[in-house]
Amino acid sequence: MKVLMFGWEFPPHISGGLGTACYGLVKGMAHHNQELIFVVPKLWGDEDPLAEFVNASDVEIDYRERRFRQIWKNLTYLEVSSFLIPYLDPEEYRKYTQRLKEDNEGLDESVLSNKFSFSGKYGKDLIMEVSRYALVAGQIAKNKDHDLIHAHDWLSFPAGIAAKSISGKPLIAHVHATEFDRSGQTVNQQVFDIEKAGMEAADKIIAVSQLTKNTIVQKYGIPESKVVVVHNAVLDTSIIKSKEEKKVPEKIVTFLGRITFQKGPEYFVEAASKVLGKDENVRFVMAGSGDLLNRMVQRVAELRIGTKFHFTGFLKGDDVDKMFALSDVYVMPSVSEPFGISPLEAVRHNTPVIISKQSGVAEVLQNAVKIDFWDIDAMADAIFALLHYEGISRMFKEMGREELKRLKWEHVAERVIKIYKETIKK
Amino acid sequence: MRTICFYFQVHQPFRLKPYRFFEIGDDHYYWDDFSNKSIIRKVAEKCYLPMNNLLLELIEKHQGRFKVSFSLSGTLLEQLEVYAPDVLESFQRLVATGKVELLNETYAHSLCSLKSKSEFESMVNKHQQKIKDLFNGYTPKVFRNTELIYSDGIGKMVHEMGFDAILTEGAKHILGWKSPNYLYENALEPKLKVLLKNFRLSDDIAFRFGEKKWSDYPLTTDKFVKWINQIPHEEEVLNLFMDYETFGEHQWAETGIFEFMRHLPEAVFSKTNFGFNTPSEVVAHASPVGNINVPTPISWADEERDLTAWLGNDLQDEAFDRLYELENKVKKSKDPEIQRDWNYLQTSDHFYYMCTKFFSDGDIHAYFSPYESPYDAFINYMNVLSDFILRLKNEK
Repeated sequence: MKVLMFGWEFPPHISGGLGTACYGLVKGMAHHNQELIFVVPKLWGDEDPLAEFVNASDVEIDYRERRFRQIWKNLTYLEVSSFLIPYLDPEEYRKYTQRLKEDNEGLDESVLSNKFSFSGKYGKDLIMEVSRYALVAGQIAKNKDHDLIHAHDWLSFPAGIAAKSISGKPLIAHVHATEFDRSGQTVNQQVFDIEKAGMEAADKIIAVSQLTKNTIVQKYGIPESKVVVVHNAVLDTSIIKSKEEKKVPEKIVTFLGRITFQKGPEYFVEAASKVLGKDENVRFVMAGSGDLLNRMVQRVAELRIGTKFHFTGFLKGDDVDKMFALSDVYVMPSVSEPFGISPLEAVRHNTPVIISKQSGVAEVLQNAVKIDFWDIDAMADAIFALLHYEGISRMFKEMGREELKRLKWEHVAERVIKIYKETIKK
Repeated sequence: MRTICFYFQVHQPFRLKPYRFFEIGDDHYYWDDFSNKSIIRKVAEKCYLPMNNLLLELIEKHQGRFKVSFSLSGTLLEQLEVYAPDVLESFQRLVATGKVELLNETYAHSLCSLKSKSEFESMVNKHQQKIKDLFNGYTPKVFRNTELIYSDGIGKMVHEMGFDAILTEGAKHILGWKSPNYLYENALEPKLKVLLKNFRLSDDIAFRFGEKKWSDYPLTTDKFVKWINQIPHEEEVLNLFMDYETFGEHQWAETGIFEFMRHLPEAVFSKTNFGFNTPSEVVAHASPVGNINVPTPISWADEERDLTAWLGNDLQDEAFDRLYELENKVKKSKDPEIQRDWNYLQTSDHFYYMCTKFFSDGDIHAYFSPYESPYDAFINYMNVLSDFILRLKNEK
């Protein structure tokens, strides 16, 4: 059984959680010797050789193939300028639309050349890249033998659909996040349509959590029986003993993630203010960047907690580990989180976690305080308790460690391979 | 005699280095030596050195009839001592001519006059001492507050510290129908004279000089002298107050600003009945026409001429309040580094960088800020302040 898999990014060149999840899954597959062709828009050459990689930028499209024209015709609707980067401030927006105007003049040319060079990023030409990716996917499906197609998230759904229309093999759509998680109630209709088309064209859908499955069923009208839940795992379940020493006398409570609507940063700020009202010996840290950052800074100033609430900006590599290591409590107050891997990273650093009930990870991690994202009183309570009552935080640390060991990508891959087999049988 | 009074503000802050959360409690040195040094050197070459030379030349040429005044902030003087002794020397030469008056201000160019009388006094004394030390015992008689911030109450404090006069903005909303071209008295302490900036003619030089879209561009000495002659005959004093960096830095040499200044005194002497005086001379010769009421503080900044460039938004108020609640603790500390940082942290520029008035005067704020946004400025300042608070706590 050979699987043709379409992703969007692959470590080390990633900017989102999707790349990490794909990496984990591919690694798990390799553990079970599952044959895999992994396609990404752009390969950098330093990827871990776990599968047969195909660089979409290298694929030459044979425009004489009539079926491609059909695919192309279906895709051209995507080309209309769309504002996909969901959070732009007015200045960025101006620059962006300006660029868009300039770029549109050169658009047709790239359609006519045989190769298309992808950036593989989440930039301004995202929709264009998504549709080109689909065209290339059709060519790959023609060139490479395979028994099943597996596509990750909406970015590669058109690719999955195109491949299926060429080879006729079954398609599995893997949903790591939906447009509702990314944008709240103001969904981008174009993205929603692509997601829905992908789900409908798929023979089976894998959702990363029950929460995500519910969204798929309720918002996209997909029959329940078509969706299976397979939770994500962690790449490395070992406990990290850090030598990092804390330089401040206070305890540290951390929020780490994009500072966007989806992550619920404002609830963290409000809870911080409540805790600081009772206990001065705490520092709060908001690590990350995003469109709500300035609003959070503003709110911290308004609440007059500026000397006890800090912002680090976007953290990379070692600094992320350092931040986890320095933290006494980790809070993930996400409003909507299909899975959410970072609390598991916190557990690896022996840091007790508070997570919102509105996150997929709450379904697998038992030893964590779970609260509703909007319940800032409960959040403040939980923070205070984990900081002051040694017993409960020790218990969470110890039991969390045990739980982590069960969350391995090999187990995930095993389940996915079983789904492959069942799907092919049908 | 009718007179023009030039006053130039010379100030540079100690800018903070990027100071991250991880450094709190660990790294107690906050200052961006590299950027402070390179900025001082750049401004020295473009402005301080050529303009000082020009002024020296003009003073000699006009045999004492051309005079100017300066306020040199303490944070500037410290940086000149370390990074630009050549500039300091040339200021010393200027003062030695006897035709240059030095004014007193707050050592760190701070906003403390709005918050704490005791800190205000100590910053004024510290500045006075620095001037004495560097300028051969020179003792300023006239005061100018940071950014020309002034109110009746501030004037009263300044009078109590023994000054004869203070400089401030001739803001429209305090003058009403009155002209800035007279000497005024403080409303609470008539002994304190008040000199008001003629903002139209000052800003023609400071802001509009090189502005090609300005209907009066280019500004020539002939044109400027013509405007001076349009001032009603009974009005005696024309106060031209501006940042010294106007010359060569805000208005580049290519705009002709140096040539303008080179020829201005001559044009004034030959075509008008004005001369040049320093603030002390103005106070000695002109007679005050009445008092000026300024119940709430004004400044020379932005269109509003109020304090909103430094204070008023939540970021600024939070940083300002958190800083000044430390005053008593700092006063008890004997650590010279604590004292130094306390001074530098008060510099008004830090609060200026946090200004969010993007849409009216944001451009000029962005030009002077080392930060990408006022939020970045706040984050960095508060990280530093948090470490400073820890150091104070760990004392004793």
